Parts: sequence; C-alpha cells; structure tokens
Amino acid sequence: MMRSRPFTFSDPMRARNLADAIAILAPVDQVRIVHVCGTHEMTITQNGLRRFLPESIDVLEGPGCPVCVTSTRDIDAAVRLAEAGVTVCTYGDMTRVPGTRITLEEARSAGGDVRTVLSAEEAVRIAREIDGDVTFFAVGFETTTPMTAAILLDGPPDNLSILLSHKLIPPALAALSDLPDTHIDGYLAPGHVSTIIGTRPYRPLAERYRVPVVVGGFEPLDVLYAIALILRQIRDRKPSVENGYPRAVSEGGNTRAQALVKAVFTPGDGVWRGIGTIPSSGLTFRESFARFDARERFAIEGEEGEQVIPGCRCPDVLTARAVPSDCPLFRTRCTPLTPVGPCMVGAEGACSIWFRYGGRPQL
Amino acid sequence: MSREIDRVTPLHGAGGELMDRLLREHVIGRFAERNTGRIGLSALDDGATVDVPDRGELVVTTDSHVVKPVRFPGGDIGRLAAAGTINDLAVMGARPLALTLGLILEVGFPLGELDEILASFAAVLDEVDVPLICGDTKVMGKGELDRIAINTTGIGVAATTDGRAIGDASFSVGDRVLVTGTIGDHGMALMACREEFRLQTTLESDVAPLWPILEPVVRAGVVVAMKDPTRGGLASALNDMARKSGTCIEIVEDTIPVRPEAQGLSDLLGISPLEVANEGKAILVVRAAAVDRVLTSLRVHPLGANAVCIGEVTGEYPRRVILDTGVGGRRFLEMPLGDPVPRIC
Repeated sequence: MMRSRPFTFSDPMRARNLADAIAILAPVDQVRIVHVCGTHEMTITQNGLRRFLPESIDVLEGPGCPVCVTSTRDIDAAVRLAEAGVTVCTYGDMTRVPGTRITLEEARSAGGDVRTVLSAEEAVRIAREIDGDVTFFAVGFETTTPMTAAILLDGPPDNLSILLSHKLIPPALAALSDLPDTHIDGYLAPGHVSTIIGTRPYRPLAERYRVPVVVGGFEPLDVLYAIALILRQIRDRKPSVENGYPRAVSEGGNTRAQALVKAVFTPGDGVWRGIGTIPSSGLTFRESFARFDARERFAIEGEEGEQVIPGCRCPDVLTARAVPSDCPLFRTRCTPLTPVGPCMVGAEGACSIWFRYGGRPQL
Repeated sequence: MSREIDRVTPLHGAGGELMDRLLREHVIGRFAERNTGRIGLSALDDGATVDVPDRGELVVTTDSHVVKPVRFPGGDIGRLAAAGTINDLAVMGARPLALTLGLILEVGFPLGELDEILASFAAVLDEVDVPLICGDTKVMGKGELDRIAINTTGIGVAATTDGRAIGDASFSVGDRVLVTGTIGDHGMALMACREEFRLQTTLESDVAPLWPILEPVVRAGVVVAMKDPTRGGLASALNDMARKSGTCIEIVEDTIPVRPEAQGLSDLLGISPLEVANEGKAILVVRAAAVDRVLTSLRVHPLGANAVCIGEVTGEYPRRVILDTGVGGRRFLEMPLGDPVPRIC
C-alpha cells in the first residue's frame, strides 16, 4: 500500500516545484528582493534556499534586525540612564550593541544596573520589586509594540518609564526605495509584523513605488512561494500587495493589538542606524501617557550623532546595498565573539546569521 | 568595539574555533619536541601514538571531565569519564589496555554519591574488560571547585592489521562518511535537564564505550579514519577532519539520524543537534566499496543499530563541510564557535 508523506512546509518535492516555477518566472535582468526580517534570513540561510534561486536573483536582508537598526542616539541615552543609577531593562542582544562611547554591557561592568528581560512584563515586575527608577528600553518592530502598549494600559508602577525606540516597517521600506543608490525590485514583507498590521499598510508603498510587496511566512516553502509571487508580479508588470501567508495574516491584521498601540502612541520620527531619520517610522507617547516617557522624565538631551565604525559595512547591509561577505571585516576581525558592528551582534543580524549558518549568495 | 580576547572564556573549552586557537596559539608552539611516534601533539588527534619497536603502536590519551549536573539522564560523570577515554582510544583503532583515575573533590562532597559515580566508572571498565591501574586523589576547599572533576588517562594498542593507529585525517576524495547512530543525544539531554529549563523529556545521553562495536571493523582493516564527535558535535568534528585532510566533506541532512525528542528540543531551544556533544557515537570514513560491509557489522550491536552513511568526501571546496539541507538547499556547515551547552563532559 502506498502511503503518502505527511505535508510539511519543508517538503523537498514541493520546494523543487517552486524552484522550477521561480526559474521560469525569473527575468533575464538582475532582480533585487529585500526581505527586512532576521527570521526570513534565518530560514533562507539555514536551509540553503539561495541554491534554489537563479544567479539573477538577489535576496537581501535590509533593515530587518531591530537590534541592529537601533540608533546610537538611543543606546547612548540608555547608557546615560544606567550611569545615572537608573535600572535599565532591555532584550538580550541590545546590551552588546555599540553606542558612541560604550555598550550597555560595559555600563553594567562599570557598576550600572542593566538587566536583560524576555518581555515588557518582566520590566514591570522588576519595577514593582525595587524602589529606584526602572526604565524599559523598548526596541522592536510592530510585533513587540503591542506588548509595550499593554503594560502602560495596565497601570504600571510610578517608578517605571519607557525609553521608546520602537520602529515601524512600512515607512522604512518606503525610505529604502527613496535612497538614491538602491534599486529594489520587490519586497518580501515580514509575516509576524504583518499578523499585527495586516496587508493594508503596504498599499501606498506598492502603488507609489510600483513595487511588488508580498507577505511571506517563515517555513522554507513559504519563502520560496513568496519569491515566486514577487517574480510573477514583476513579469506581469502588475505590482501590488499580495498575501503569501494567508494562514496567519489577514488584510486588516490584529485589530485588538492595533487598538492597544493606538491608545498609547502616535507615529513620530524614527532614527534608524544606517538610514537616518525617517518620518512617521517611530512612535511617540500620547499626552496622557507622556509621564512614562524616560526622555522627558530624566530630561535626556544632547545628540551625540551617529557613530561611524571605520571599515564596518553594517550601514550598507542594513540598506540592502551589501551582503555580509562584501565587508572586509566579516569573519576576519568581526565575529560573534568580537563583533565590530551591530549586524554581527544581533541574533537577527545578517552578519551573525551568515557567520553561523554559512551564508553565501549561491553555493 | 572589537577587542582582543586576553582572558580565558567558556568558549575556550567548548570544542570549537576558539579552543582550536587556544591550542594552536598558546600550547603547541611551546613544545619543541612533541612526537614519540607517527601521531603526536601537533596532530591534535583524539590521542597520540608511541612507537614500540617490533610491537606496533601504543596509543595514549588523556581527558578531564567536569559535567554539570554530575548525574544526568542516561549516565553520570563516572560513566562519562570511563567511556570518554575508552572512546578516544577506540576511534584511534586502539584496544584499551588500562585506565588511570584522577579524582579532584570539593570538601563536603557526599561519599554515597562518590560511591555511585565510581560504581558507574567500574561498570564501564567491566563492559570492555579494561583494568584501572593507578590513580590520584585531591581535595579542594569549599567553593574552590564545583563539586567534582575527574581526569582519566588511557593507554591502548593499535588493533589494526598493520599495527598502525587510525588517524582522523588520512582519507581521500570518494571515501564515504558514516555515523554509528543518532546525533545530538548527549548535548540535548544535558540541556533539557539544566535547572534553567527543566524540560520534560524522555531523551537520555548516549554515553557508552564504543570499543565493542568498533573492534570488528578495526580488526577487519576497513576504516580509513575515525573520530568521536564530542564537544562541538558533528559540525565541529567534520570541520576538523576536512581541515586536516584538505578535502571537502559533503553530508546530507536527511540521512543524519536524529531522535524526534532531540529534534524537538533543538527546535524549541534554537540549538542545532549537529553542534552539541555525543558521548557514544563515532564518525567513520571508509572506502565506498566497504560501506555495506561496515554498516552490517556495526548494526549487529545495539549501540550501532542506527549506523548509516551520511555523506562523502569530495574535492569541491577543500577544508570545508557542505550540508545538503532537508528541503533540498545547500550551505556550508560552519565550524561552531563552541558547543552552545557549557560543561557537558
């Protein structure tokens, strides 16, 4: 009796079929697809998916690692708070990212109280346990923003404040397309961000820049499928927003999570490492929650300006102008043990992923 | 922010890139004389050979064990120390002749627990019929050591037809790469029972002496190279073999046996089963024509029941390991910086 194999999202036969479709759809000209997501890069690199792509198709990470795109201005602010005796809570990798002078980890070595947390709630718990000031250094894209909003709506203790560094993906993609020396033929939009925001917010991007935007999931077949959809749009010259991950993402997204964010924050300027200030790509506090703003509470001022690390091509990697192996420091001076730039620090950074999983354009 | 590393870090002992650098840059160069036979210190093999005129090659190996917790699912530090040393001899094609036992104990260590550990140690020696011939005991003050450390030295004699020990690098293009069973059991079991996770799993360490299954294939003279993938796992061992031999090793992910429990833990913790330690497995390189014969021999014994061919030696990218991924992709399998699980052996 023949037994059919159970369906998996990494089935090699189905992957082969998608690869055949990609080969047929691939235009002769070079195509540059940007995916803005560390998890996508992980799926692609760990599974060696670039092998399925014709040489004419480049898939690049772009600004997809929240830790990596956090500006030195924000890290410097967190460092100064830690030095001033405030307990700073943040997600793990954040403590190792270089600011202008030092990292948060070094601020901790110098006596600062810097704690790594797994969730915003943990920062609230810490604030309830201790008497002193506690600041949650909130980084991340739309996926983590609702959690930060939720703790503020829950009536957090008075000694808690938020150093807000959340960023929004759709305005960043538009900014990437606006950069004079980048050419992007298609966006593979991140699945988890899109479960929150839905597919609608990408429409202005697709329409204004006439560029395909396809939301993709994180299994190998999801990624290949989304790439095939992008190529089909390019072939048909009908760029639009398409949902390649309908089992998790809807057009309207998670309206409850959106309502939480809307109740607490309004869009404001966001400062991205490697790109600079992008209008409406960050968040600011609504009036009624302004008392939780660490910048106001501690009167953080003084912009030390974006730090440039000599020789490090992170800014180019974050803007999809380079892949990690284009950087002369990659694997030589810059390794996860001795990271030079943020893309080697953040677990979602392209350099860190390529280092661990043997990334290379095509093997 | 790049800094030179000027102090010992946990990764210096983790079987990966950094440990390799520690040995090459700080240890080996110090010793002008480092060979007593064909395989010496600079080979960084599982052990070294001493030429005994007209009697073949004697193999010597030494190993220290500091596993945490001392007792873990499937074994304890006693079983680990005995099996680990026997396996280092076995993968050099050497029949174990004798072991030594150096015990370092922290004040307050319960004698009842020590009895259990030594009983495990003795049981392994009985399994392979090897005597313990000498030892040493030291006691450290409270807090000067985390409970217990064990050092063992083993001596063996090459059991191959030509009396020469088996190295881990003398193979060539076209040879096949075999493993004797499931990969990642020890590291994943240890990870799961750590306090910070306390994960419920039925997975046990694979710690076992391998000489009983390796002896027949060693005596048959069909093994070209061998290595036990301990710290840093299969990824580290294969990269080491590829670098030393100057060849490219290509393996097929779907053929690598991984227990479902180990795969589940791997998915949960984000740690590859290929990068964690095995304590009862060996990698064998054999000529293509000998694959079936070797597998048949290995599979007779329960320890080798899941033995399988996972890849071959090519010339495509010298000194690199290529992984054909399950979905049909292809990538380099990199040398891990170090085993992601600290204090595993």
